[in-house]
Order: sequence, then C-alpha cells, then structure tokens
Amino acid sequence: MHKVVLMLKGTLEYFKSEDFRINLILIRKSPLTVLGIVLVIFLLSVAILAPVISPYNPLKQDLKHRLQPPSWQHPFGTDQLGRDILSRVIWGSRISLSISMVVVAFSFVVGTNIGIVSGYFSGKIDETLMRLTDMFMAFPRLVLALAVAAALGPGLFNTMIAIAFVSWVYYARLARASTLQVRGETYIEAARAIGASDKRILFLHILPMIMAPVIVQATLDMGGVILTAAGLGFLGLGAQPPTPEWGVMVSEGRRFIVEQWWVSTFPGLAILLATLGFNLMGDGINDILNVRARR
Amino acid sequence: MDLRTYVLRRLALMTFVLFGIIVITFIVSHVIPADPIGAILGPQAPPELVEKIRKEWGFDRPLHEQFIEYVINLLQGNLGKSIRTNRPVSQDLIRFFPATIELATAAMIVAIAIGIPLGIISAVKKDKWPDHISRIFALLGVSMPVFWLGLIMLFILYYQLGIFPGPGRLDPSITPPPRITGLLTIDSLLTGNITAFLNAVWHLILPSFVLGYYASASIARITRSALLEAFAQDFIRTARSKGLPERIVLFRHALRNALIPTTTVIGMTYGSLLEGAVLTETIFAWPGLGRYATGSFLSVDFMAVIGSTLLIAVVYSLANLIVDILYAFLDPRIRYA
Repeated sequence: MHKVVLMLKGTLEYFKSEDFRINLILIRKSPLTVLGIVLVIFLLSVAILAPVISPYNPLKQDLKHRLQPPSWQHPFGTDQLGRDILSRVIWGSRISLSISMVVVAFSFVVGTNIGIVSGYFSGKIDETLMRLTDMFMAFPRLVLALAVAAALGPGLFNTMIAIAFVSWVYYARLARASTLQVRGETYIEAARAIGASDKRILFLHILPMIMAPVIVQATLDMGGVILTAAGLGFLGLGAQPPTPEWGVMVSEGRRFIVEQWWVSTFPGLAILLATLGFNLMGDGINDILNVRARR
Repeated sequence: MDLRTYVLRRLALMTFVLFGIIVITFIVSHVIPADPIGAILGPQAPPELVEKIRKEWGFDRPLHEQFIEYVINLLQGNLGKSIRTNRPVSQDLIRFFPATIELATAAMIVAIAIGIPLGIISAVKKDKWPDHISRIFALLGVSMPVFWLGLIMLFILYYQLGIFPGPGRLDPSITPPPRITGLLTIDSLLTGNITAFLNAVWHLILPSFVLGYYASASIARITRSALLEAFAQDFIRTARSKGLPERIVLFRHALRNALIPTTTVIGMTYGSLLEGAVLTETIFAWPGLGRYATGSFLSVDFMAVIGSTLLIAVVYSLANLIVDILYAFLDPRIRYA
C-alpha cells in the first residue's frame, strides 16, 4: 500500500516537472504521434461508453432486416442475422482491448521480471532462461498461439492464455538486454558498496532505469496482440460467435463479401484503426525517448 | 573466431533449438490439452472407448516415457497419422508445403521490392513529406489485418473490377504441370508450359502482394533507420567532403552498410510471412501448409497440428540460422563479439 502511494506521488510529480513539459512539446511537434494518441483515446472512450453510445443491442437479431446496407438507422448496415454492425463494432472494442490489456500486462510483468533477473545475475540462471526464450522464439508467434489455442479449445479466455504463453519472451529478452547495459554503471556499484541487497538493487535501481524501452514495446505490442487475437478469431480458434469480436465478424462477413461488402469491411477497419493507433503512439514515444537520449 | 568456428557454433546452437522445438510441441500436444481424447471423440463417447484410445495413444503412461517415444518417432520421420485426411502427416506436409514456399518467396520479393526503396526515400528525405508518406504507408502495413486486406483486395480487384484472377493457384481451365518440385511456376517452366507459367504468376500476384505488404513495412523501417545511422558516421562525411556525388555516397557507401541490419530483418520477416501465410491462404483458397494447419487446428487433428507447427518452426529457425551466418559473412565484426 505504501509503495502504491509513493508511486502515485512520483507520477504526480512527473506531470508537474520540466521533463513532462518538454515531452509534451516534442509530442505536439509530431502530428503522427498526436494522431496515434487521439486514436487510442477514442478507442478507450468507445470501449468505456459502449452501453451508452451503442444504438442497438449487439446480440439482438432482427431477421426482417438482415443484410441491410448502411443507412441512417444502421450507419454500418446489418449482418446476416439482422444485428446492427455499428453496435457490434462498438462492443467489440471492449473485447479486443480487454484481450490485449490482459495479455500485455501479464507478459509485461512476467517477462520483465525474468529478464532483469536473468541479466542481473548472469551465469547459469541467465544461460538457462535465455535458452528457454530461444525455444519459444523458434516459433512464429501466431502459429504457436494457434497450436496452444487448438490444444486448449477455443474461447475468449483461452485466447488470452494462448497469446500470453507466447508473448512474455519478447519482454524477457528486451528487459535482459537493457539490464546488461545498466548493470555495470557506477551507481549500481555504489548501491552494492553501501550494502544494498540484490532485491533492492533489482527493483529500486535497475527496474526504473529499463522501463522506457519496455513501455515502448508494450505500447506497440497492444496493437500486435489486437491483430493476433483478431487472427485467432477469424480462423475460428479465438472468441466464438455470437461474441461481437472483430476477427469473428470479418470471418462471418466473408460469405457475403460480393453482395454485402459492409459486413466484413467495418469490423476490419476497426481492427486496422485500433492497431494503427497503438503503433503510431508507440513509434512516437520511441522517437521522443531517442531524441532525449541523444541530447 | 573465424567464420568456420562461428558457423559450427551456430549449428551446435541450432541442434539445441531444434530440441527446444520438440519439447514445446510435446508440451502443447501432451501436457496442455485438458482432454485430448474427449476433444476428438466428443462428450458422448462411452468411457470404455475413451480408455481404449488413451491406451492406444499412450496417454496412460508416465510423461517421460511418452516423451521418449515421441522423440524416437520424430527421428524416424514418423509424425503419426492425420485423422482428417487419413494419411501419414509427413506425406500431407510434403504435399502442401511447396505451395506455401512459393507464396512466401513471392511475397518476400514483393516485400523487398517495396520496402528497401521506401526506406531509402524515407531516409534521404527525412522529415519531409515523402518521409511522412512512406512512414504512414509502412505503419499501415504493420497495422493491417492481412486476412481483411486480402478479402477487400479480392472484392475490389476480382469481384468488382475483374483485373486479377480469383482464389486458387491456377485457373480451373488450365491443366497443372506434372509435379516435380511442387512449385507451379518452376514446374511449368521446366516442362516448357508457358501458358501455365503465366497463369500461375498471375494468380500469385494478389496473395503475394497482400502478404508482402505487411513484411515490407518492417524492411522499410529498418532500412530507414540503418541509413540514417550510416549517414551520421565519419566516413560518409569524408566521402561527401571529397566531393563525391550524393548518388555515389548513398549507393556505394551508406547503403552497403545499411543493408547489413536489413538482411537480418529480412530473415526474421520470413517467419512473419509463414505466419501471415496461415491467414492469407485461407482467404485465397491456397492449398498450402497454412490452410492444412488451420484445418487441422479446427478439427483438433492433433498429429497434424503438431506436424505443421513443427515444420513451420524448423523452417523459421533455419531461415534465422542462414541469416545469422550471412550476417557474419557480411560483417566480420559480428564474429568477434
């Protein structure tokens, strides 16, 4: 509890600091980063406000009005069961966001911990852990996630497990590489000289120093996980109908693409914009950190 | 370390990675499934039958025994039998793999042809509008769900405009060339069948563009940043101050150095192409490994799931190995690190 308060205080102080103001100026100078942040904020608000802004119930069927083209009543049209596509896209943002948040949070925590321990202690622990990551990295991410999803059976929760199972390694690698860079610094040596424990050094002195690249990775990965989850859904191994998951919706609309293009087009566009938002934002943050590091 | 020692060391590491691949596929097939037999037989299966199949598959034996048997089978090239196609998985893989190789290679060519020029333009015109445009183009590429892009391209370019052919590897009216390598383009050339060759290339364009566009983004990104890094170095300043034309500085001096990291990314990209192939093949009805894998994933055809995952991982690791060796060959500094 005490630690949480300290962290909040630290965050507040950061928002008041010179650093933060410089970052804001740098962000404003890059229109693409601003666009990314706007897209992400838009996505978050849509997800939070889904019950308020969605015009229809995303699961409610209306067989009299199936496959209606976009109109004022249904801006994105209706699907093969007469469900309003706009409402389904809106509710789908909740699903995509929650999958990617859970997966990224899990991989972030597990991967970073493994990475800093590996980099800090080096020797046998490092060798073992890194060979373990080698094994995982021998698979393309989606393919291994597919195999795990097939073994677990489809479903929303299993999608999260399958993607998390293959995602933590990238964080571990990155955290380890960054730890190796700071491990030899004088301030770490100083901390050790005054008798700080390994645990204290790891979490108080190393962890904050390596956060920046890991956060950039996590931001970019939010987009990556949205894409992977949509791919699983599209192939039928992720979320299952009637869940309004974007990948599932694209897949359902495939049969109607020739005559009713809107059924697949709008959910796919949503995947594209959501992923683009996180990628633009991650890229922008990365550039800013690089600029600052160079000065 | 000379090149030979380096290659030998990488090969030794590779055997280790191969072992790792086997361990992970074993875990996925024997440890994770909550109820593999139940998944195959369905919930209504009589318990005696479940018990019988458990014995047959060896699921009743201790894990380490199962693992040893699994490895022995693998080493003998025995990947088990597919429930869906009722053929040995190894035969299925041989049958479907060439189509994927053909698609992935064509996509790689597209990705390089788009990615490298884009990266060069971006770096030369840094922070000007050509840079912004090519960065947006590249970012759209990494953010694009390939299965959706494929669907939209088919809709516009085939169904609406009729410019490109529809799904599949050949028009139904064209007799496929006899199977030699399994790559339709090569086979038709070898047998001198120009019509089939042109048709096969024609069918390749759309799927390989869809797949290659995604990969081109990361190639453009790395080319850009590697070129910018090269531009900042002393030898470029020397070259410029000697009065060399900018064209020569760019192509002879900077680009050569920048292509080294680009090679690595191209190799790594091959993995994402295999991944993308799983999705692209579904859209384009491409009879390759990706579609085979998806089919077996969906019908919980375990032997086929493991076989295709294994094959994709091995190809992926081999691609990375080749790139590493190429990298060491191109840049001697790597070997001493």
